[in-house]
Amino acid sequence: MDFSQFSHIFWSVPTNEVPAADWWIDVLRAFVRILVPVFFVLLLVPPLVWFERRLLGFMQQRQGPNRVGPEGIVQTIADGVKLLMKEDIIPSNVDRTLYVLAPIIMLIPALVTAGVLPWHPSLVWGAGAPNVDIGVLYLLAWSSLAVYGVVMAGWASNNKYALLGGLRSSAQMISYELGMGIAVVTVVLISGALSVRDIVFDQSAYGWIKDAAHTTAHHAAYTWGIVHKPWLGFLNPWHVAQFFPMGFVAAFIYVVAMLAETNRSPFDLPEAETELVAGYHTEYTSMKFAMFFMGEYANMVVVSAIAATLFFGGWTTPIAQLDQWDNTAVGWIIPAAMISAKIGLGLYFFVWIRATLPRIRYDMLMSFGWKGIFPIALGNLFCVAVSLTAGYWAGLAVWIVLAVGALLIVANLDSTKRFTEKTRRRSVLGLYASAQPFQMPLVKTSNGAPPVDGRTAAEELVK
Amino acid sequence: MAMAPVHIPLFYYLIVSAILFALGTIGVIVRRNAIIMFMCIELMLNAVNLSLVAFSRYLSDIGGQLMVIFVMAVAAAEVAVGLGIIVSIFRNRESINIDTLDVMKG
Amino acid sequence: MGTQILFAILAAVAVVCGIGVVVSASPVRSALNLVLVLCSVALLYLTLNASFVAAIQIIVYAGAIMVLFLFVVMILNLGSPEPLVNKLKPQTPLAVVAGLVLIGVIASVVASIPPQASGRLLPEATTGALTIGLSLFSPAWVFPFEAVSVLLLVATVGAVVLATRRAL
Repeated sequence: MDFSQFSHIFWSVPTNEVPAADWWIDVLRAFVRILVPVFFVLLLVPPLVWFERRLLGFMQQRQGPNRVGPEGIVQTIADGVKLLMKEDIIPSNVDRTLYVLAPIIMLIPALVTAGVLPWHPSLVWGAGAPNVDIGVLYLLAWSSLAVYGVVMAGWASNNKYALLGGLRSSAQMISYELGMGIAVVTVVLISGALSVRDIVFDQSAYGWIKDAAHTTAHHAAYTWGIVHKPWLGFLNPWHVAQFFPMGFVAAFIYVVAMLAETNRSPFDLPEAETELVAGYHTEYTSMKFAMFFMGEYANMVVVSAIAATLFFGGWTTPIAQLDQWDNTAVGWIIPAAMISAKIGLGLYFFVWIRATLPRIRYDMLMSFGWKGIFPIALGNLFCVAVSLTAGYWAGLAVWIVLAVGALLIVANLDSTKRFTEKTRRRSVLGLYASAQPFQMPLVKTSNGAPPVDGRTAAEELVK
Repeated sequence: MAMAPVHIPLFYYLIVSAILFALGTIGVIVRRNAIIMFMCIELMLNAVNLSLVAFSRYLSDIGGQLMVIFVMAVAAAEVAVGLGIIVSIFRNRESINIDTLDVMKG
Repeated sequence: MGTQILFAILAAVAVVCGIGVVVSASPVRSALNLVLVLCSVALLYLTLNASFVAAIQIIVYAGAIMVLFLFVVMILNLGSPEPLVNKLKPQTPLAVVAGLVLIGVIASVVASIPPQASGRLLPEATTGALTIGLSLFSPAWVFPFEAVSVLLLVATVGAVVLATRRAL
């Protein structure tokens, strides 16, 4: 095995155009190929921050940043410049090496993971490293390394709050990785492929059958995978709709685990500001803080891309006729637009969840991970296995039996009974209603419609 | 993909593995911190894994890789129980320096 | 040529970080060094065409086991170097000598292996997840596989029992 072969493991594509001796062509191509997803993720971060703040503003009935540039779109760049101008402080008594390394390690997994996610069916240009035959395991491996940035930052800062943040984060990530891993394995089982490229092909309504010879791996598993898949409407080929409740449950579990893995609300306990100041990045300033910030948002982009790829069809369209790519401009734009739109929806979902759900308590987080997400994922995986071996209806029957059994058990648990009694005494709904923000009635105009400028009665009184 | 000629002899992998194994052994003998000793044991397990995978490749037997998977599973089980023991020792003695754990000597 | 350089770098990283695991004063440094060893060993697996094992190595060892170690180090607040109580100080040089002897013994045994013992390498097509899965469930290996799963269950129960706060 020489270098050309080692390069093949990572970035080569099995085309006949490039002989193995000309490995530098492969490397050059790979360089360009890898830059595309990396730049996509990095360039998406500033608009994403603006998008999140504006959307949160909209959802909370306020403005959000709207001063710098049209609609405030340059706000993030202004913030970034401000951060760069700040003094770069390294506190005394910190572990300097780890303190400096932590923000870098935070950013790397997100960028490297982006490399295997395909955005186009093209074998040569469609993804950074389309030929990683263990693609899904590669994703899991990097996402499991992502925790080190947080842990190192928490420990190196020599600060109790930072340490607590790192501690919380490591426990949280281990716990939710299990559910996430099992949800991903469900997808592997449904599609019968480990390579991300093949998983996307498996979800194409048109492409897989047409282009079977084109994919990188041929498993016996594929044939039985296709035979047993039931049709459920036009979304059928997407894994979220496969084996109806099971694919959906797997997608749900992945989405919950992805919120936890990125430390986003409602699982943002590692940086819960009411308890931990700012958690693991309390001591960081200037560029290092900016890198943490970027790492968090890059991670958001990448996990929504993974969710889109594994469960929502990647670059495929739900309509078979649109999936007939070719080398025309349209054939390049449609897949790229589809995956971008799906990533965008995922990001919208992140913000939406943040605006909707309150942060949960830490013990609830852990018990939700271990007693909720993990057993559900495991049972769901079992049902998919039954569906694949004994047919969809057998799997569905097992699923229903398991679901009803689990519901009965949970309903009869002492803790559940205590919880329902408590809620009977103090209606949750009532509490929720009373927690609504107080709103002054709008000024009445002569025709009963609110005034054009939206002034409230309070402002009218002040005037 | 055609097989390219092998430039790295099996010997090299085994030597790296031996060095890592010896380092792990030295660590277990020298260090007094239970957690670090534990990590040195993991280092030794990894050294063995490396030689198993190398043998699997050079003797053309997939069994070596399967053994590695088993070793990893056993290591995971060992770590779960071992760290549990260390945590409960720490709760009792406020220390995990094994020199202080000498009550059994009588 | 490229692969030799790669191998040399990976082996050097593994050995240097292995020394780091042993000599680091603080357990956190030790653990992070061990993570680097694990990652370089995983890359060595890749040079041996064992991509599945490499991925499992990262996911299980670096992603779960080492995070657990770090978690315990942090929760017990063991970040500071170990105290000066060391009843076996004179053991240190002896241990180093013993380690070198161990390397020598293994090397002499290894050197007696004829180079390219079988001359036949594991073909690349048989190193993927599919082959490994099929061989795991072949009659020769399925019993150890199931035994390991029982072992994991027992370990889980054991860890839960150990971790429950009770007077021991």
